[in-house]
Amino acid sequence: MMIPALANPERFMAFSRWAAPLFGAIAVVLLAAGLVLDFRAPPDYQQGYAVHIMFIHVPAAWMSLFIYACLGGASLLSLVFRHALAQAAARAAAPLGAAVTLLALITGSLWGKPTWGAWWVWGDPRLTSVLVLFLFYLAYLALDASIEDDARAAPATSILALVGLINLPIVHFSVTWWRSLHQGSSVFRAGGPAMPATYLAPLLVMGLAYMAGFGALWLVRIRGEVWRRRALARAVRRAG
Amino acid sequence: MFDFDAGKYGPYVWPAYAITALVIAALVLDSLMRARRWRRAAEAAANDGAGAS
Repeated sequence: MMIPALANPERFMAFSRWAAPLFGAIAVVLLAAGLVLDFRAPPDYQQGYAVHIMFIHVPAAWMSLFIYACLGGASLLSLVFRHALAQAAARAAAPLGAAVTLLALITGSLWGKPTWGAWWVWGDPRLTSVLVLFLFYLAYLALDASIEDDARAAPATSILALVGLINLPIVHFSVTWWRSLHQGSSVFRAGGPAMPATYLAPLLVMGLAYMAGFGALWLVRIRGEVWRRRALARAVRRAG
Repeated sequence: MFDFDAGKYGPYVWPAYAITALVIAALVLDSLMRARRWRRAAEAAANDGAGAS
């Protein structure tokens, strides 16, 4: 099993030392390939060239949910096993998730204006639930920053992260449960994607690029967390 | 080949790409600098500890 093996900080540091740059290189190659496919795609018959925004907006939206699931999973492990590396993983995921969720909101707004005629629609279930997701990220970061002692911060931030997991199915199913400006799922749906290959290919390649980029940055930030804890632990030992 | 003409959608398409590029660049820089800062702090603390013992 991969996760139990990596729960050992020494093993994790040895693994992430080569895995982080590898994921980073994969992300760069996929990003370049995705952009080539992106700008070779023809304008959409309805939304014209605004379709290009889809290739950066949709992967950001996918990652906002995926990263929160990682944050929730790491928080659960931190809460149950009181494992420092799990808390480090949760802390490292939060700023990345907040940034991609903000990107999803901004690029979505820039896509919404030319296609729907509005930057933002209050009451739209998808927009509102993604905004709530962003607020959960911000609340996690604020709570974590407000408690100096890591041991005291871990249970509080973990519980907050777990509460926020409730919002993930709401974001995903909001377009089917309620009336929304957003269309239903066009990629991950029963019966296969409802999108021509000329748009599906760049979208999937960009999605994989975002995923690989997150993998690289997550590992780098967890490594930073491990070093931070080592530095603080040694400072405390010296002071004692 | 490549079609960079966004036509009347340019004021929406290019800011979306510019903001995405800026945020990704900021995340990469922040992640690398943070990791480097704490690695140096951990190494300095280890060296201090070795010198003191």
